[in-house]
Amino acid sequence: MEYIIEMLNITKKFPGIIANDNITLQLRKGEILALLGENGAGKSTLMSVLFGLYQAEEGIIKVNGKEVKIENAKDANNLSIGMVHQHFKLVHNFTVAENIILGMEDTKYGFVKLDDAINRIIELSERYKLKIDPYAKIENITVGMQQRVEILKMLYRHAEILIFDEPTAVLTPQEIGELIKIMKNLIKEGKSIILITHKLNEIKAVADRCSVLRKGKYIGTVDVKDTSPEQLAEMMVGRKVNFVIEKPELVLGEKILEVKNLTVLGAHSHKPQVKNISFNVRQGEILCIAGIEGNGQTALVEAITGLTTIHEGQILLKGDDITLNSIRNKTLGGIGHIPEDRHKHGLILDYTLAENLILQSYFNPEFQKHGFLKFDAIDNHGRKLIEQFDIRSGQGVKTPARSMSGGNQQKAIVAREFDRNPELMIAVTPTRGLDAGAIEYIHKQLIALRNQGKAVLLISLELDEVLNVSDRIMVIYEGELVAEVDPKTTTENELGLYMSGSKRGVLS
Amino acid sequence: MMKKLISILKNFILNIPNTLIKPFTKIGFLASLFAIISGILVGFLIMLVVNTPYAGGGLMTIFFGGFNKGLTSIGDVLIYAAPLLLAGLSVGFAFKTGLFNIGVSGQMAFGAFLAIFVGVKWTFLGDFHWIVAVLAAIIGGALWGLIPGLLKALFNVHEVVSTIMMNWIGVYGAFVAYKAAGLVGSTTQNAQKVARSGALPAWGLDSIFNSNTINNGIILAIIAAILIHIILNKTTFGFELKAVGLNKDSAKYAGINSKRNIILSMVIAGALSGLAAATLYLNVTGETYKIETYPIEQGFEGIAVALLAYSGPLPIIASSIFFAWLKVGGDQLSGWGYDPNIIGVIISAIVYFSALGFIFKKVVKKIFKKHFGGEII
Repeated sequence: MEYIIEMLNITKKFPGIIANDNITLQLRKGEILALLGENGAGKSTLMSVLFGLYQAEEGIIKVNGKEVKIENAKDANNLSIGMVHQHFKLVHNFTVAENIILGMEDTKYGFVKLDDAINRIIELSERYKLKIDPYAKIENITVGMQQRVEILKMLYRHAEILIFDEPTAVLTPQEIGELIKIMKNLIKEGKSIILITHKLNEIKAVADRCSVLRKGKYIGTVDVKDTSPEQLAEMMVGRKVNFVIEKPELVLGEKILEVKNLTVLGAHSHKPQVKNISFNVRQGEILCIAGIEGNGQTALVEAITGLTTIHEGQILLKGDDITLNSIRNKTLGGIGHIPEDRHKHGLILDYTLAENLILQSYFNPEFQKHGFLKFDAIDNHGRKLIEQFDIRSGQGVKTPARSMSGGNQQKAIVAREFDRNPELMIAVTPTRGLDAGAIEYIHKQLIALRNQGKAVLLISLELDEVLNVSDRIMVIYEGELVAEVDPKTTTENELGLYMSGSKRGVLS
Repeated sequence: MMKKLISILKNFILNIPNTLIKPFTKIGFLASLFAIISGILVGFLIMLVVNTPYAGGGLMTIFFGGFNKGLTSIGDVLIYAAPLLLAGLSVGFAFKTGLFNIGVSGQMAFGAFLAIFVGVKWTFLGDFHWIVAVLAAIIGGALWGLIPGLLKALFNVHEVVSTIMMNWIGVYGAFVAYKAAGLVGSTTQNAQKVARSGALPAWGLDSIFNSNTINNGIILAIIAAILIHIILNKTTFGFELKAVGLNKDSAKYAGINSKRNIILSMVIAGALSGLAAATLYLNVTGETYKIETYPIEQGFEGIAVALLAYSGPLPIIASSIFFAWLKVGGDQLSGWGYDPNIIGVIISAIVYFSALGFIFKKVVKKIFKKHFGGEII
């Protein structure tokens, strides 16, 4: 069998950790190979080695059977390897065409030959069925189209091997369907694809084979059509994963959170981010606010937790008006908050893990005496949470948060917020970027909280999560709640239509 | 031979006790060392160009000028070091809390004014005279720091702008203030010297170092450094301050009142500057306050001191003594026909090289990997 890329026995070490331990990855020409693994399994490191961002200590890379040295991204480009990043690298006030040619503009007398470039872009987009408008500005097009621009960028650079890094994380169900078609077209035209993902149903839908990594080690490669999602998950996590989340009957209690006619204006533009929203969350339920990223979820949560100012409206916690209360007050009053952006809000990256785990409780008598920190107590608390929540870090409680993997950073935040035992847990995309094992764990925790009679407000972009975890779903679109549905009776398609603003439902 | 040297060097680097340089990483320590060596090289090159035959002698003077009169020279180094240490501490402390305090000079100026006022006029205080004068300096500096702190916390005025402004208010305010308070000394440029009871006592350092200018300033400064170290690293207050400095958004998320912390941080930084002024001017035989049109230079040298020490309170003790040592050596450069201001150039060069620390870190990492075959953090 002919391989277009072979990475043989790759080993890459970082201080205190072996990120890739003797990993072999072989991509056949014209196939889609999924690269599956939990967070911190070594997927990104392996791809960075292929892309020349890191140099492996051991092992060789072969492209088309010939051994090559890839020392930087340019080498990778010259070998026709292209990467579609998870976070798009586009200039927002440039047009689609300008973004595609950026960095390799053909010029004549110092002027860019944009017309030639646009012709080629149109030709490429027709050939690979990537619908785009070369004259549109990036800031005015949808996320799905931005991703197509990223793909075209690679094709424009004559990439034969495309690496997709978690490509569906930002897409709606409809857009995901589109992308799957695009990937199949690319294969038909002779390209080869490596798909980095931890979503098993996507692997089932598009990939031919799947290579699995776990904790830096190579577990194996399987044919996707002969393997069930359960088997894949077991390979990835190392044990059986329970997909169906069992929830006891809903027992509704008192109203914990009441939001009344909330309006929040943007910080710079005075465009409302949240328009006249009202809802409430009761004890014992998980209310999910579903929506595509950037439809006002951030402002809504920040208004409730106190991070942003409220223009109009009222927020009640257990019947008390907390609209104008300080963040500290709200935290102590029983709000737990797993923030959307773990680097901006959730963690102080240069603090150690132990310090991050006491971020809202350092002033408790448990951790200080007369203003002096009790380091032993802080470390013990850290060790307890590390144990309880299986947070993995190189140097235990002393690990700087910055050097932890994204998944473990998130686990640290989850551990801290759960440990505070709040009445209302506001979880904003709590499983973003996490692996199946960790997602299962966090979902179980959220449901356990609900079963204890606590209230959970879940903001989620992932439809699986929305449908599986919640007791009630509200859909937010452009700052307004546009529908309320029952997860037992709705479908992904229906939700997708509400989320993209194509349909409006009834609010109770 | 070379191999042996390398292995000695390797052992030295690996055995630098971590506790000694804790706020640094080892590589940070090495980067600072490189900055120092490169800076001195720049000074040497200038001396070579200016007057080649004496360059070697000049270099030796820079290195050993701080020792040549034995303990007395070391005493001189410590006299220079005290205000530098405190100025560096002021900058470093503010920096750890996310603020860039360029206003040390102005804070020193107002602290100096109150200290000199008390030191000259309030002779009735007897044994407590110098203590009250020191407190006056601290209060003056703190007030001068409070204003930019308030402006930042309440109106979001950037502290770099407001502290620079406060520096010049300090400079020109002094013209009016010293005249109005009747504190102008023998010439119109000099402030009066304080009374002997208002001057800092020597606490026995005079006999140790055989010097009649030394006082307890260096002891006060080291105590301040240890205190700041404790505040920053051991207390909940320091936990909050550093949290605000490292990530304002997470600090807000955690419910920390960043406005209060910004104000307190500037007040403490100002108080340290005020104490710096006390160690500089509360004497009868040493430095005199000059009522002139430029800000106090030690205020700016504090930035260099803090930068070289990566703002760590304990490393600042070392870096301030190092700069003071260079200055003492530099004062003797005129013996070789060089302008003592070469030291200023060397200090500036060191600051530049420290600011380029990331390049050094890269170089050091590469060298270390090549010769010693290991990673260094």
